[in-house]
Amino acid sequence: MQEVAIVGAGQSVFSRNCGMSIRELCFEAYKEAIEGLNLSHKEIDASIICSAPEYDKQRTPAALISEYLELTPKPTFYIESICSSSSTGLRVAWSLIKSGLHQVIAVIGFQKMSELTSREAAERMGRGDDIMFGSPLGITMPAGYAMYAHAHMAKYGTTEEDLALIRVKNSNYGAMNPKATYRKALSLEEILTSDVICSPLKKYDCCANADGSSCLLIASAEKAKKITSKPVWIMGIGMGTSELNMSARESLTSLNCAREAARQAYQMADLGPEDIDVAEVHDCFTIAELLAYEDLRFAQPGEGVRLIRDKQTYVGGKIPVNTDGGLLSKGHPIGATGGSQIRTIVRQLRGEAGETQVENTQIGLIHNVGGVGTYANVTILGR
Amino acid sequence: MGFEKFGVVSFTSDAKVAPLVDYLEKGKVMMTKCQQCGKAFFPPKADCPRCVSSNVEWLEISSIGTLLAFTVVNYGPSGFENDTPYTLGIAEFEEGVKVLGRVSKAISPEDVKVGMRVKLAPLKLANEQIIYEMQRS
Repeated sequence: MQEVAIVGAGQSVFSRNCGMSIRELCFEAYKEAIEGLNLSHKEIDASIICSAPEYDKQRTPAALISEYLELTPKPTFYIESICSSSSTGLRVAWSLIKSGLHQVIAVIGFQKMSELTSREAAERMGRGDDIMFGSPLGITMPAGYAMYAHAHMAKYGTTEEDLALIRVKNSNYGAMNPKATYRKALSLEEILTSDVICSPLKKYDCCANADGSSCLLIASAEKAKKITSKPVWIMGIGMGTSELNMSARESLTSLNCAREAARQAYQMADLGPEDIDVAEVHDCFTIAELLAYEDLRFAQPGEGVRLIRDKQTYVGGKIPVNTDGGLLSKGHPIGATGGSQIRTIVRQLRGEAGETQVENTQIGLIHNVGGVGTYANVTILGR
Repeated sequence: MGFEKFGVVSFTSDAKVAPLVDYLEKGKVMMTKCQQCGKAFFPPKADCPRCVSSNVEWLEISSIGTLLAFTVVNYGPSGFENDTPYTLGIAEFEEGVKVLGRVSKAISPEDVKVGMRVKLAPLKLANEQIIYEMQRS
């Protein structure tokens, strides 16, 4: 399906404290995305700005970013689905181009987590769940995923070591990513002996907040061929939603939203899990990557551990996953994360992934989840 | 008003399901059920979106449930600093609902296991707030 393409993809360096304003941070990603393209900013006829507003100081940032990048007076607006905001932005951009309303759209995601004090961040963290029946009991993001981890361990015999192996892999690739916050390979022992945050999840099972931005430039087929010789085509998009309150969910060993998003994306692309050459999955916690293996049908339910134990999700394995180090290494600037994951797959498909390049990649997949498995976007790209 | 009494920390006060708090004060953990289609709701809903009806009744969750998932929280959010460590769990009950709640501090964290049998009971907190917890059955 060659109707809508990603023509450019960029991201800033992700870090614990970027030392610049959000507009300057967004410029970093925009610059990398547009460099080398036969595209003037005047041809960008809409922009979609993505972040999680509870972590922003600036109210209604869309106009501010648009102003700084001189994208005015063209339309700009804001999209939010927490950690999956920028892949939801891509979904909206796809629709707007398919409809014929726009030809070239910039999807810009950002978050400057360092703008909040740790006290302010803890207050917002406390309101991340259902404020009537979840937050009043003290549930947090790590607590939610930790419950999935214990449920998965009890049902399938998954171990804490299996989860740690995921961090070993991702830290190995994070060490090779100059834009990652954490660039150090971790040993199994370091991970297993780190401080327990919410049992069974330890410090190194969890990603860290970060500052960062991402930018995707999306174009119609006709425009894309003029802008670049290496368009990456959007072949399938899917989105699903789970109940916010975990007690209302059907499964505690799988994310319903991700299964639904994957079903839609595979169907639209007319492809299956066996066709995917490389994937980026939302590893906000190690258990989240394991659930993704199964929700994306790279493995049967309960058998995802075999992929990591046998190193099948390393480069050279059956289905390499998170070759950029994942959120666990890069850090997680909420609104920017989806765009960063998509950028990695774009670079893999263009053969620009350097020492983590997967050979002969034709099809790549991105799984980007918001909240504790609340929203999910699955995107399938091809060259 | 009325719902502000629910929770270690409260974030909201007005809710049609505020009677949950009154029932907790009387020693009962309740769910709602649509009187038309019979669907059980926890968290309790004041409305059934399937029947587009607000004709729901309150019923007690009195069965023995099974713990499906749990975690011992060592780092809590704002307002929970003096409460850690605490254990959260999700249990499934015969009334047809799952409940997210605290696991009683009377159960040692090492003894909490997926599959254990639990019952629900109200828990009055030192600050006069009220929640429910899962106790060993």
